[in-house]
Amino acid sequence: MTDIPAKAAVTSLSSGSVLLTLMKARTFIALIAVLLFFSIAAPNFLSAANLILMSKHVALNAFLAMGMTFVIITGGIDLSVGSIVGLCGMVAGYLVLNGIDLQVGYTIYFNVFEIALITLAVGILIGAVNGLLITRLNVAPFIATLGVLYVARGLALLSSDGRTFPNLVGKPELGTTGFGFLGAGRLLGLPVALWILLVVALGAAYLAKYTPLGRHIFAVGGNERAARISGVRVNMVKMFVYMFSGFCAAIVGLIISSELMASHPATGESFELNAIAAAVLGGTSMSGGRGTIGGTIVGAFVIGILSDGLVMMGVSSFWQMVIKGLVIIVAVVVDQAQRRLQSRVTLMQMAKAG
Amino acid sequence: MSGDQDVILKLEDVSKVYSGTVAVKRANFEVRKGAVNVLVGENGAGKSTLMKIIAGVEQPTLGRILLDGEEVSFSSSGDAVNRGIGMVFQELNLFGNLTVAENIFATREITNRFRKIDRKEQERRAAEFLERLEAGIRPDMLVEDLRIGQQQLVEIAKAVSLDARILIMDEPTSALSAAEVEILFKVIADLKARGVAIVYISHRLEELIRIGDTITVLRDGRITGQAEMKDVDTQWIVRQMIGSDAKDFAKADGHVPGEEIFRAEDICLPRVTGGLAVDHVSLSLRAGEILGIYGLMGAGRSELFDCIMGRHGHSTGTIFIAGKKVHERDTTRRIRRGLALIPEDRQREGLVSTLSVASNLTLASLSRFVRLFHIRGAAERQAVAQTVRELAIKVADPAQEVSSLSGGNQQKVVIGKALLTGPKVLLMDEPSRGIDVGAKADVFRTMRKLSRDGLGILFATSDLDEVMALSDRIAVMSNGKLTGMFDRAEATEAAIVAASALGHGPVPHGEQGA
Repeated sequence: MTDIPAKAAVTSLSSGSVLLTLMKARTFIALIAVLLFFSIAAPNFLSAANLILMSKHVALNAFLAMGMTFVIITGGIDLSVGSIVGLCGMVAGYLVLNGIDLQVGYTIYFNVFEIALITLAVGILIGAVNGLLITRLNVAPFIATLGVLYVARGLALLSSDGRTFPNLVGKPELGTTGFGFLGAGRLLGLPVALWILLVVALGAAYLAKYTPLGRHIFAVGGNERAARISGVRVNMVKMFVYMFSGFCAAIVGLIISSELMASHPATGESFELNAIAAAVLGGTSMSGGRGTIGGTIVGAFVIGILSDGLVMMGVSSFWQMVIKGLVIIVAVVVDQAQRRLQSRVTLMQMAKAG
Repeated sequence: MSGDQDVILKLEDVSKVYSGTVAVKRANFEVRKGAVNVLVGENGAGKSTLMKIIAGVEQPTLGRILLDGEEVSFSSSGDAVNRGIGMVFQELNLFGNLTVAENIFATREITNRFRKIDRKEQERRAAEFLERLEAGIRPDMLVEDLRIGQQQLVEIAKAVSLDARILIMDEPTSALSAAEVEILFKVIADLKARGVAIVYISHRLEELIRIGDTITVLRDGRITGQAEMKDVDTQWIVRQMIGSDAKDFAKADGHVPGEEIFRAEDICLPRVTGGLAVDHVSLSLRAGEILGIYGLMGAGRSELFDCIMGRHGHSTGTIFIAGKKVHERDTTRRIRRGLALIPEDRQREGLVSTLSVASNLTLASLSRFVRLFHIRGAAERQAVAQTVRELAIKVADPAQEVSSLSGGNQQKVVIGKALLTGPKVLLMDEPSRGIDVGAKADVFRTMRKLSRDGLGILFATSDLDEVMALSDRIAVMSNGKLTGMFDRAEATEAAIVAASALGHGPVPHGEQGA
C-alpha cells in the first residue's frame, strides 16, 4: 500500500525530468523544426547560396538581439537600437561622401577603417546617453530609450534632410574607397558580416560567463538591492549594457549601408522589436536575471529562418506577421510552464532527499 | 478579575501554527468592554498573530473564539468587521493615491441611486471622524501627501468609522508625536465611555501603564501573565516579558578583545518625513569583540548599519577602520576597506535568487579570483567548496539555484558571501531571524569563532535573550539615538528594556550608560 504512491511519484518525477529537458532545449528543437519544415516545403531552401543569404539576414538581427539580451538581463529594455542603426548608417555615409568640414577651408576625409571606428563610437555614445538617463536621472528604461528612439531617428533624417546618401564608393584620391567590404566582402567563402558576428558573439558569451562584469550583469537583474550591498557598481553595469547595445546597433548600421552602398535615414525601423523577439525566444526572461547569448543567437536564427522560409514559400507577408507573433507567444508560454515544472521537480527532489 | 458579564470576546486554548513554527500556544485571552485591554510582549512573542486571529485575518489552528458567549469563526477580516471588530494595523494599510475620505470608506463606498460614489457625503462623514482627531486633516487630501503620523491617524479614523464594538490597535503610537498621542488617548477615553472594548498593543511601557485597564503578557507564543493594571508595575511587566528559560547559545570562550578596529562618530541620517532616523550615534568596537545593538522595531538599528555601509548618500558622520579614517562613501569601496553587511531581509537584500549558490557566495569577492578580467574557475570553485564546508551549508551541488535552499542555509550563504570578502568588521542585522533552531545555533557558533579569529562584530537584534547571551558589550538604541551602553557584566535585562523605551514618551532622555 505504501509502495504504490512512492512508485508513482518516482515515475512522475522522471517523466517530469524528461519533459523538463525537452522544454529547456525548446529553442533548439524549434530551430531544427523550422529547418526540417522548410527544407521539405520550400525548394532550394537548403542550397548554399540561400543559406548564406539567410544567415546574413539573421546576423543583422542577431547583433541587435545580443545587445538587447544583456540589457534585458539587467531588467531593462532598449527601444532605441533601430534608430541607432539608422543614425549610424547616416554617420558612415556622410563621412564617406563629405568628410568633416573644418570651416577654415579644409575638409578632413577619413579612410574606411577610421569611419568605422567613428561610427561605432557614435553608437556607443548614444548608448551612454541611454545609460545616463536611466542611472543618473532615474528615467525608466522604457521611457528613456523611447525618447532616444525618436531623437536619434530625427537626427538621422535631419542629417540628409530625409534623403538617401547614395553611391558610397568613395574616391581613391581621398582614400575613402572600400566601404563595401563589410557588407559584401567575403573571407574564406563566408560573408564578412558573419565573421564579425562570430567574433562579437564569442566575446559576448565569454563576457557573460567568465568575467566579473558578466556575473554582475546577471546579479543586477536578479536582485539589484542585493547586488548593490554586495559591492556591485550597479550604475556602471547598466551604463555598460546600454553602451554595448549601442555598439551592436552601430555595427548593424555599418553593415547595412555598406551592403547597399547607400545610407537611408529610415533604415532600422522596428528592428528593436525583432531583437526583443529573438532574445525572448532564446529564453531571456523579461523580468531580468536570466538569459544566454547562445540562446539568443538560436532565437534570432529561428525568427530569421521562419520569415525567409515563409517568403520562399510565397506566404503572404500579412500571414507571416501572424505566424511570427504566435511563435513568440508560444515561446513565452512554454518558458513559464518550464519555470513552474522546474520548481515542482526541485521541490520533489528536496522532499525525496528528506 | 471583575464580573464575566463585561467579557465581550473570549479566546479559549487558541493555537496558531505556521509552516513549522508555533506562533501562539494555547492562549486564553479575554476582552472586556468599556476597557483598554493591553497586550504586551517582545518582538515575535505572538501579539500580532493573536490580534490577527481576533480580526479574522488569520484563522486559529486550534481552539475556540467566543463572541458574546457564542462560538464564532471568522473566515475573513470582512466577517470580523460585520461582527463589530475593527483593527488598526501596525503597518499602514492605506492607498497613497486616494484621498483621505476615499480611504476611510474603501470597500464601503457610499453610493447614490445610480451606484455612483457620493463624494460629498463621504467627505462630510469623513470630516466628522477627522474632527475628533484634531489633526487638521482635510478629507479631500491625498494620503501620500500626509506625514506618517497623520497617516496613522487616518488609519485610526478609518477603524473608528466602522462603529466597532471591539477595536484592536496594534502599536498605534509608533509614528505619532507626543501631541498626537494625547489626542489619540482622548479618542480612546471617548470610545471607552461609549462601551467599546479596546485591545491595545504597544512596546512603550509608560504608555501602557497610563492608559491600560487590564494587561496580558505574551512570551514565545504563551500567555505568561494576566492582571489588572492597577496591581502591576514596570518591573512586573518586564519580568513576565523576559522569563527565565535559557536558549541554546554558543558559550563564550573568554578570549580578550584586542585593539579598537572600528569607530563610528556622530552618524546622522535624516528621515524623509523630517527628524533623524539615526541621531548622532557614536560607538567603537574592538577586534574580537561582539557588540550587540538592542532596540525595538524602528529604533534605527538597520539604518545605522546602512549608514556605515555607505548606502545613503545623505548620511553624515565619520567612520574609522583600525584607526584610519574611511573617506570612501560608496558601498563597493567600503567593502574593500574591510566592512561587510549581512542584511536583515535575506530575500530582498541578501541573495540574488536567480543565481547559483556558488555565484551568490562569490558575488562580493569576485575580484579575488580574477586574473586580468578572467574569473579563474578553479580558484572560485575551491573557495566555494571551502566556505560550504566551514559554514556547514547543506547543498548537494553549489551550482544549484540558491532559492532551492532552506532559510537557515540561505542565511549561511549570505554570511559566507560576507566572509569571503575578508572583512575586518562584520555588521549582522538580525542574523537569526526566520531560521530554525539548528541553523541558529550554527550561526551563533560561527559568530563566536569569527570573533576569536579577531573580527569585530556588530550585530543588531530585537531578541533580548540573544543580545544578553552573545554580546561582549550591549548598546541600546531607541528612536534613532544610542540610549545605553552596557558591559556584559553590568547589563541587566530590566535596564536594557528601560533604555530601549527611552525617548518615546515624556520621560527625559537617559545619559550614556546606566
